[in-house]
Amino acid sequence: MFTKLKRATGQLALAAALGLGLTSAASAVELTMYYPVAVGGALTKIVDGLVADFEKENPDIKVNAIYAGNYNDARIKALAALKSGEPAQTSVMFSIDIYELIEQGAIIAFDDVVKTADEKKWLQSFYPALMENGKTQGKTWGIPFQRSTIVMYYNKDAFRAAGLDPESPPATWDEMVALGKKLTKKSGNTVDQWGAMIPSTGYPYWMFGALAMQNGQTLMNGEGNMTYFDAPATVEALQFWKDLGNKHGIMPSGTIEWGTLRQNFLEGRTAIMWHSTGNLTTVKKKAKFDFGVAMLPANKRRGTPTGGGNFYLFKKSSPEEQAASLKLIRFLTQPSRTAEWSMKTGYLGTRPDAYATPELKQYVKDFPPAAVARDQLEFATAELSTYQTGRVRKLLDDAIQSVLTGSKSPAEALGGAQKKADRLLKRYR
Amino acid sequence: MSRRLSQSHIYGWLLLMPAVIFLIAFTYYPTVATLAKSFFSQGTALKPAEFVGLENFQYMLEDDIFWKVARNNVVYAIGTIPISIALAILMAVWVNGRLPLKSLARMSYFTPTILPMIAVANIWLFFYTPDIGLLDQVSAKFGFAGHNWLGDPDTVLGCIIVITIWKEAGFFMIFYLAALQTLPPELEEAARIEGASRWYYFRRVMFPLLMPTTLFVLINAMINSFKLVDQLFILTKGGPDNASSLLLYYIYEVAFSFLDQAYASTLTVVLLVTLALIAIGQFVFLDKKVHYQ
Repeated sequence: MFTKLKRATGQLALAAALGLGLTSAASAVELTMYYPVAVGGALTKIVDGLVADFEKENPDIKVNAIYAGNYNDARIKALAALKSGEPAQTSVMFSIDIYELIEQGAIIAFDDVVKTADEKKWLQSFYPALMENGKTQGKTWGIPFQRSTIVMYYNKDAFRAAGLDPESPPATWDEMVALGKKLTKKSGNTVDQWGAMIPSTGYPYWMFGALAMQNGQTLMNGEGNMTYFDAPATVEALQFWKDLGNKHGIMPSGTIEWGTLRQNFLEGRTAIMWHSTGNLTTVKKKAKFDFGVAMLPANKRRGTPTGGGNFYLFKKSSPEEQAASLKLIRFLTQPSRTAEWSMKTGYLGTRPDAYATPELKQYVKDFPPAAVARDQLEFATAELSTYQTGRVRKLLDDAIQSVLTGSKSPAEALGGAQKKADRLLKRYR
Repeated sequence: MSRRLSQSHIYGWLLLMPAVIFLIAFTYYPTVATLAKSFFSQGTALKPAEFVGLENFQYMLEDDIFWKVARNNVVYAIGTIPISIALAILMAVWVNGRLPLKSLARMSYFTPTILPMIAVANIWLFFYTPDIGLLDQVSAKFGFAGHNWLGDPDTVLGCIIVITIWKEAGFFMIFYLAALQTLPPELEEAARIEGASRWYYFRRVMFPLLMPTTLFVLINAMINSFKLVDQLFILTKGGPDNASSLLLYYIYEVAFSFLDQAYASTLTVVLLVTLALIAIGQFVFLDKKVHYQ
């Protein structure tokens, strides 16, 4: 009786939580799609608008697009729905959830669903860097949708005040240190303006992925079962991050808060910040000074991880539903819609032909910073993603923070993290 | 006779039914399920969960982060409970006296309680922000250099404790205020006639009479020190390097970020047992001593 009760209450709670109520399936195919919103703004309205357009074109498909909180919430809800027997057919989820979803047996590869030559060609139409997080085991599991990279925001007025050329932001690590020293302004023992800030709470592994890549080192392999935390180049990259605060004195020592960094930049407390492209629209609206956006500097090469959400297809769905989901995803990733999405949100256009549309061409011409993230894609790599990804990510986060706060040396912290990651990932090799 | 008895039995059970159903569905069943889960491995699609005995508990004993968050939690409890209770008594005694704008004072002490913790954390985040935060701007006026309050493992837990005290003291004040108003005024008059000082009156009369309230508040404060972790989501996410992580936040991370519900259940069992022991200890041992006779 209790199991029955549990099931009944579970379904009821689920229905209430999803806001579905008891809608009857009037149309031929009904799809449920979860999507997360990680940055502020009226994203839900934009998605609703896109879905309404789709339904107008395809009257036989009904789409319930459900806003599911942040990336973490979206994954939890999609997996819970899967277990409850009322699964979604497709969802936008964190691009780095791929191994977790494969291990849970939750998703199918797009290669198994595409049939026509046209559909197969569509799979090849995105920027390769954005596909890295969606591919493993020789198949494509995720289609890029809301994607970003890290870029460098800098205060041109501060550059001018320090006698620097506002049109030549630092292009190498050495330049960043040298310019940073000129940009750091002190009065007595208090610092009025820092040279640079790289956030180290929230998503330290993401920022670190950029530094490691710039030093010529990726953090993991393409199978998601091996990390390179203790590689010499990785250790060097972390040493450099620490040195920015402790040796060169152009960045505060200790950790730097992700959430308040934008405010620091807007108030002129730092001349340079590294942050997600997702902040571009807000910074553009709120900055009272002349600001620029540039690619991250290089050491051995340029580099940044990509970030953001991909479309996935769920296994628990009929062939008709899968075909309808594919139709929906193809619709939402058309060049013109991708361009519209990019302009309204600040996310990347996920395919080269989106930037060839007249609308986006004009937008980029009027607002050149919008193109920086695109140009940087050439140097981009996958965001840290492995099996047991939550644990592995935390190992790296903790190692980074313990180094930045001075309790461990880079080699010691990263060596320990690598050892623990090896233990977690051994059984996937 | 017996028929009537059984009828009243049925009647009684029917009255209890709604509460029983909800308690079983949302309290007892999850508790038992959690306990059961803690003895199984985390299943995946390829490898279903299997019985592993005490393996999860053994893993926990070897888990540095578990020990770190457990230690943090003890510090957090010791840091928040006595101070928030002391402040609560102080504020209650003060706003219970003759005071201009008494209700305004009471209300302003109570305000932190009615604000949601997430909102509070967002406000405090900007207090603590280095250089541009309120705290550093005020201390800069006195010539102190800015400090990275939440980015320094030595200060971050203290910062979290301050917020919790600020938030909780007003709530506990309400209980003390209610208790103070039940104290007969004759006691104070008698004490004054006998020449007792205010401190003596507080120490020997008022405080002992408030003991039942103190017990109640103490239990609440203890439980809150284990279950109030909302601020961590906004302020630190447990960092830097787990310096501000608490047990419940770690459980959340294990369950929903690592998706390891087996280990999360193990940690939950430990948390439940700890809280149960505290509650039993307080009710059984302290309860006998708190009533003033």
